[in-house]
Amino acid sequence: MARVLILFAHPVLEKSRVHRRLVAATPRSERVTVHDLYEEYPDFDIDVAREQRLLLDHDVIVFQHPLYWYSGPPLLKEWLDLVLEHGWAYGSEGDALHGKVVLQAISAGGHASAYCEEGYNRWTIRQYLRPFEGTARLCGMTYLPPWVVFGTHRLGASDIEAWGEAWSRTVGWLVDEGWRDLEPDPNALLVEGAEECAPWPPPGVPEGVQPERAPNIARNAPVGDVPSESREP
Amino acid sequence: MDAFLTQAFVYLLAAVVAVPIAKRLGLGSVLGYLIAGIVIGPDVLGFVGSEGQDVLHFAEFGVVLMLFVIGLELEPSLLWRLRGPILGMGGLQVSLSTAAITGGGLAFGLPWNEALAVGMILALSSTAIVLQTLGEKGQLETSGGRSAFSVLLFQDIAVIPMLALLPLLGSGSHGAEAGESGHAESASMLAGLPGWAQTLAVLGAVAIIVVGGRYLIRPLLRAIARTRSREVFTAMALTLVIGIALLMQLVGLSAALGTFLAGVVLATSEYRHELESNIDPFKGLLLGLFFLAVGASIDFGLIAEQTGTIVGIALGVMLLKFLVLFVLAKGFGLRGDPALLFSFALPQMGEFAFVLFSFATQEGVLGSEIVDPLVAAVAISMALTPLLLLVNDRVIRPRFGTKESEETRPMDDMHAGARVLIAGFGYFGATVGRLLRAKNVETTVLEYDSDRVDLLRDMGLEVYYGDATREDLLEIAGARKARLIVIALPTPEMTMDVVRTVQKHFPELEVFARAFDWPDAVDLREAGVDHVYWQSLDTAMRAGRDVLSELGFRAYAAQRATRTFVRLDQESMEALMGVERDDRSVYVSVARERIENLERVLRRDIESDGGARDLGWDPDSLRTEYGDGDASGDPAAAS
Ligand SMILES: Cc1cc2nc3c(=O)[nH]c(=O)nc-3n(C[C@H](O)[C@H](O)[C@H](O)COP(=O)(O)O)c2cc1C
Repeated sequence: MARVLILFAHPVLEKSRVHRRLVAATPRSERVTVHDLYEEYPDFDIDVAREQRLLLDHDVIVFQHPLYWYSGPPLLKEWLDLVLEHGWAYGSEGDALHGKVVLQAISAGGHASAYCEEGYNRWTIRQYLRPFEGTARLCGMTYLPPWVVFGTHRLGASDIEAWGEAWSRTVGWLVDEGWRDLEPDPNALLVEGAEECAPWPPPGVPEGVQPERAPNIARNAPVGDVPSESREP
Repeated sequence: MDAFLTQAFVYLLAAVVAVPIAKRLGLGSVLGYLIAGIVIGPDVLGFVGSEGQDVLHFAEFGVVLMLFVIGLELEPSLLWRLRGPILGMGGLQVSLSTAAITGGGLAFGLPWNEALAVGMILALSSTAIVLQTLGEKGQLETSGGRSAFSVLLFQDIAVIPMLALLPLLGSGSHGAEAGESGHAESASMLAGLPGWAQTLAVLGAVAIIVVGGRYLIRPLLRAIARTRSREVFTAMALTLVIGIALLMQLVGLSAALGTFLAGVVLATSEYRHELESNIDPFKGLLLGLFFLAVGASIDFGLIAEQTGTIVGIALGVMLLKFLVLFVLAKGFGLRGDPALLFSFALPQMGEFAFVLFSFATQEGVLGSEIVDPLVAAVAISMALTPLLLLVNDRVIRPRFGTKESEETRPMDDMHAGARVLIAGFGYFGATVGRLLRAKNVETTVLEYDSDRVDLLRDMGLEVYYGDATREDLLEIAGARKARLIVIALPTPEMTMDVVRTVQKHFPELEVFARAFDWPDAVDLREAGVDHVYWQSLDTAMRAGRDVLSELGFRAYAAQRATRTFVRLDQESMEALMGVERDDRSVYVSVARERIENLERVLRRDIESDGGARDLGWDPDSLRTEYGDGDASGDPAAAS
């Protein structure tokens, strides 16, 4: 079983709906560490040695954050810049992270149907997240298909509740090393984004986009119970 | 007493009138003094007569003080780095010039021993004139200036063997004049001792200076600094220099060399700047007096009689020395401007010539028929030096000098000052200083508590004892070259004093001042200080931030609120500055004023919302536009 490190970056959690729920729903266990970056480093003064030790202590690294301007919040970037040192994380001698697994868990205001070639965001989420994927690759880590909550602006309270449960299951799946069965697919997401592309300009209120039920995790992802030892005591 | 006062009045008045005029005309102070000296001398106004010679001897002590100050500015490590130029250039300059001038003397029919004596004596240059002139023009730190300094230093050392050698050159032909000795220089107490004993005494004296400087003088200065009485410290500084001069004369060494050595030994001590600022006025006055006396001692009667000979000697010797210097400059890799500066700085003959000529006369080496015109030539050559350097600066260098300007050289050597001054090294100043040190920023610290100075120096910090409110001390600590000064003095009054001094004398120096409370901060801002640090603001903000965080606010939110608060606080202060100025007369008392200030601040806090809304992050408007109206949806409500 894998040890999971969730690097969580949200500058205004007090205003968050989605991530507040996701954090609350994250199974607490000794195998799961939630590391709240904005709470730890409010002045951006990142303790590099400590972060590197944390990384070494875990097998799966999760970048959990809202999508801000098609990217992560600035502290996450600062974290990448400072922690992934040359000669440690990459370069001819940098192999500290080799073989680890990266999952990016994000929420986006835009709907899934907007993130495609004909959609008003023009490119897919996978494409937008390429810098993260490239970073993981360069450090010798496996980059899993991103886990995405789309269309956050129109999620109702019950939808968010459902997403929380989905996230809880996904974390359990990570602990259980469920990713080992995944087929590598450069465009896949760990979420069903089955909608049609929505053309520019942005549509008013697209129909049937909110997951009434718990969202399906794409293809091989599990939709089951969180392993018992990962549950909150 | 009256005669003394009259004399003092004449000399000082001459200086006060002539020097500003000379400086205004761009001639430099040395030329001003010399001209003033000529004017008050026996041949023009006749205010001073033959006693000018005594004044000259007395004023030579200015040279001694100058070398002490130069030593203070020269750390041993730097001296060690200059050893090449000192021995190489200095040694060659003295020997080659001696040879050339001796040759000239022989050509004019002097016997070899007299020619050699004259050659040695005239090979020396004038430390006083050269250093003062170059220093005034800021050319001492250039490579040409440094080389000139090295050569002068060697000459100071060379005087010692010359004093030993001169009696051996005596042919007896001038014996009649021997025996009227009594000059300290010639009559060291050790004259009767065998050679080895003299050598031992000389080494002993040097050892006393070095060891004493390290282990005796510093504790002494510390004890005196503790009394916090400035005059006593000044007295101590003078006692020190005079004592060393006497010791040197006792063993037959040059007093200037001895005090120079003492200066170097004390250069690494915490009292360096304070010593310097105490000695400096005396040095300046005595040197001025010295130049005045040189001017007054020029015997125009004699010159009129033997114009051809005297001017011929002066110009001939200077030409010879110039050629030697120029060849040396090339040989030691000086090119363009530095080579010109070096060669034009040193061709004159110096104050040592006066001493050595009178010594040589006493020893019966030279007769007065030779010495008198030579002395006149020496004085002329000294007077010509500032003019020559002026010609070099204005005419020759612009045409023939390379554009490899000296100013572009990094100031890595002599006098290269620190970039940041810190006045006051209490907790506040020390914290700033430690941070700067951690980033390898060079700092010079001035602290007036001698016990604290000791402690900090023991910890290896560059801390000097001194009162930062004094303009001269700031000057010496490098206020002209530093970029900025951090003022962290213990009281608002002292802080304001330094601010005023800096604004008046060092307008280029950026001020970073610690304020004690809010009104104090406003005062500093009103005085024109841009960087004001109200000492409790940041601590209070940190405490406030942690309290917010403890109460459950997100750390980042607390952090941002704190920053916004500080910014608003700053704005309130700016806003109040204007208000305060207009309504000042209305306020009854300071206490009242402060309460009003506080009120204003609080009101502003309430009016602004403390920066609570960071609109860029605000998801509400997004949800209103793109959402389905459930904008207030709280996930918790669902469960
Ligand atoms: C500054 C900012 C930038 C954003 N940029 C994007 C974006 O580029 N693409 C997108 O789909 N949503 C964007 N959003 C919407 C956020 O992704 C969305 O509000 C967030 O994921 C909701 O999660 P939360 O409730 O946990 O804050 C942005 C929101 C903010 C505040």
